Amino acid sequence: MPAATALEATTADGALLVRAIILPVVGILLSFVLGGRYAERIAAFLLPAGLCVACIVFLKIWQSETSLSYIVGNWKPPLGITLRADGLSVAMMVAMAIVICLIGVFAHANFDSRVASVETRAPMVFWVMLMAISGAMNMIFFGGDLFTLYVALELLTFAAVPLVCLDGRAETLQAALRYLLFALLGSILYLVGTALLYGSYGTLDIVLMSQRVQIEPATLAAATLMTVGLFAKTALFPLHLWLPPAHAGAPAAASAVLSAVVVKGSFFLVVRLWFDAMPGLLSVAASQFIGVLGASAIICGNIVALRQKRLKLLIAYSTVAQIGYLFLMFPLAADPLHLQYGDVLTGGMLQAISHATAKAAMFMAAGLVYAALGHDQISELGGIARALPMTMFAFGLGGLCLIGLPPTGGFLAKWLLLEATIATEQWWWAIVIVAGGLLTSAYVFIVLSRAMGPPSAPLILRAAVPKYQEVAALGLALLSVLLGLVALGPIDVLQVGRPEAPMAWLR
Amino acid sequence: MSIASVFDVALVALILTIGASAILVRTAFAAVVMFVVYGLLLSMAWVRLHAVDVALTEAAIGGGMTGLLLLGAVARSRSVNVDSVRVGYPLRLAAGALCALVAAGLAVAIFYPPAPVPTLAPMVMENLPPSGLGNPVAGVLFVFRALDTLLEKVVLLLALLGVWSLAPDHAWGGTPGLQVYARPDPTLIFLAQLLPPVGIVFGIYMCWVGAKDPGGAFQGGTVLAAMWLLVIVAGLQKAPAIGRLWLRVLLVTGPVLFLAIGLAGWVFADAFLAYPAGYAKPLIVAVEAALTLSIAVALGMLAAGPPVRAQQQ
Repeated sequence: MPAATALEATTADGALLVRAIILPVVGILLSFVLGGRYAERIAAFLLPAGLCVACIVFLKIWQSETSLSYIVGNWKPPLGITLRADGLSVAMMVAMAIVICLIGVFAHANFDSRVASVETRAPMVFWVMLMAISGAMNMIFFGGDLFTLYVALELLTFAAVPLVCLDGRAETLQAALRYLLFALLGSILYLVGTALLYGSYGTLDIVLMSQRVQIEPATLAAATLMTVGLFAKTALFPLHLWLPPAHAGAPAAASAVLSAVVVKGSFFLVVRLWFDAMPGLLSVAASQFIGVLGASAIICGNIVALRQKRLKLLIAYSTVAQIGYLFLMFPLAADPLHLQYGDVLTGGMLQAISHATAKAAMFMAAGLVYAALGHDQISELGGIARALPMTMFAFGLGGLCLIGLPPTGGFLAKWLLLEATIATEQWWWAIVIVAGGLLTSAYVFIVLSRAMGPPSAPLILRAAVPKYQEVAALGLALLSVLLGLVALGPIDVLQVGRPEAPMAWLR
Repeated sequence: MSIASVFDVALVALILTIGASAILVRTAFAAVVMFVVYGLLLSMAWVRLHAVDVALTEAAIGGGMTGLLLLGAVARSRSVNVDSVRVGYPLRLAAGALCALVAAGLAVAIFYPPAPVPTLAPMVMENLPPSGLGNPVAGVLFVFRALDTLLEKVVLLLALLGVWSLAPDHAWGGTPGLQVYARPDPTLIFLAQLLPPVGIVFGIYMCWVGAKDPGGAFQGGTVLAAMWLLVIVAGLQKAPAIGRLWLRVLLVTGPVLFLAIGLAGWVFADAFLAYPAGYAKPLIVAVEAALTLSIAVALGMLAAGPPVRAQQQ
């Protein structure tokens, strides 16, 4: 975040930030009135429009190398709310907008609202919630105020939970309820912390907070409550219990958006909290503790994933593990002796983005396999690679990204993290990263070898899979592979608005 | 000890007792009743702390609306005859530990307050006059932090759609079933004929007065919703089908007007969600009126639950 001065004002093009938040809201309101039959058409117009806005904001920030800000209602903080876009926010915003658009393309097959003569349940709910998620994510990326961020979290939660139980089966209802309980617990803890911080510093603005904050009991209590709450929403080990049934039980398009996009929202807030609102406040012990949670997530998540019999559950547990990598950022960036900040933050964000693209592709592929076979038992996948080559290719590419093979985005992310472990002399995290990669490759190859093996009985496809769904999955998978190439160009954008020097090693 | 402090101590003791018994009672129904009482007592505590706005909200939402939703949940779980699930000790311990953690965090904050407690209240009062509002809470909600208020209303819509999404496919667009709350009987019908005229006037008054004194769209909307529900539960009026156009229009009226005025601020004032000088108060009152309607309908439909019957043509 840029240093706020008394002069901070709306920057030129700052209005783009408002547009990015308002567009989805307009879509939601319109869908309510026009009815579910139009919801998809509205989304088909608004989601790409949102992507365009995201790209414009990205280009502006990349070229000008300064942050954008917008003061809502012309009331400056601490009284009013400022929206700010820095390098981290725009990188995440563009990535999430692309993922959401491609998920929208994929979802057309399952949630086509135009065929029915009246409004139907699932399409109406899906498209409205998808727009809500895109708006809530933009708000999380731009919100410069801790309470505005709470509202964004609530938007995200209430949009995400109904997606889990869209098909209405009893077990998905149970998973949704469990998710709701965890998520609400997270919200309330975050809110309590926010209130405590306001009580201590008389502001909710992140930049003002970062100038006033100091180590004292109330602040630490607030930060702990907020962090635990956000961990519950992000499904960091051991608060991950809600994630596998929720993500594995949802319809494929919903699983993709939940796993790829939604968990990144609360993760982004943890980063904002510790790196922007309270820079330097994270003690070494606390950062090591967060790292231990992340490492446990990587090891446990991967081992449990290896033991799964169903493809969607395997992918869901792999999400638990990949979330672990995100939190290795904290011990690596908070080391007071070797301030490496920039590289580690870049690594963490790249991990979030590459996981988003790869995981969305893998959930889509699993959904297509399920649609074709009528089940997703891993032991009976034989022959599917021959029947759906493009789908399994997308799955494989996504898997490579999760393992961290070059030139994928996952490789670059894990490479940056590994470098930081060496630079900060914390070799123990390097072991975890490498072991995690090995375990991941084990289950990716198990699935791929089953899929390429001969079928036990002649394979009968229950339904034809639309080509464009396969293309959407493959597109995301290719993106996750090509992400490694951002090292050659726009990766610098992540540093915009950060006080530290840009990465030296890439020059 | 003055009478006021005796009252305060007694109130605190009562709140603690009721809170404990809400946890300790055996049946869900009794726990919900305790919860409602707890909410009402809390709102009295807020009055004692001179936070009348908070008190009204706690009574309307915390005690009233939430209590109603919980009662509905209890009744629904009875009607499907769920075997009462005993919660295991590990889970109880975890819940207890978590509550203790939160309580400890709050205790730390309250026992070690910063030397001069920072507050924005003087700044709010200083900047309030240009808007023409008299109630600082309304000022924060509709002038300084209007974006949050606008988006909270969208959250309410999403929550409603989430509840509706639990409906079976064939009932989509149909009417919610409210029989879970009560069987219509003469007393209920009498109340449903007697109370709404008073309640509706009171709800409108709460919304109107919110610009100057404690009150506002959320509290007023809740009262209207309660009256509407009373009439529906008593069987005097049918719950509307969720696919009705007028219902959908009412639901979005508040947020749409709010958003439109916010966007107009781009043209006529100098920023999104800024009000042109001199017009702030009438615009805010208009937004509050529209929001009151939308909130009333949204809360009423939330309590009515997902549709269960297809709409009769």
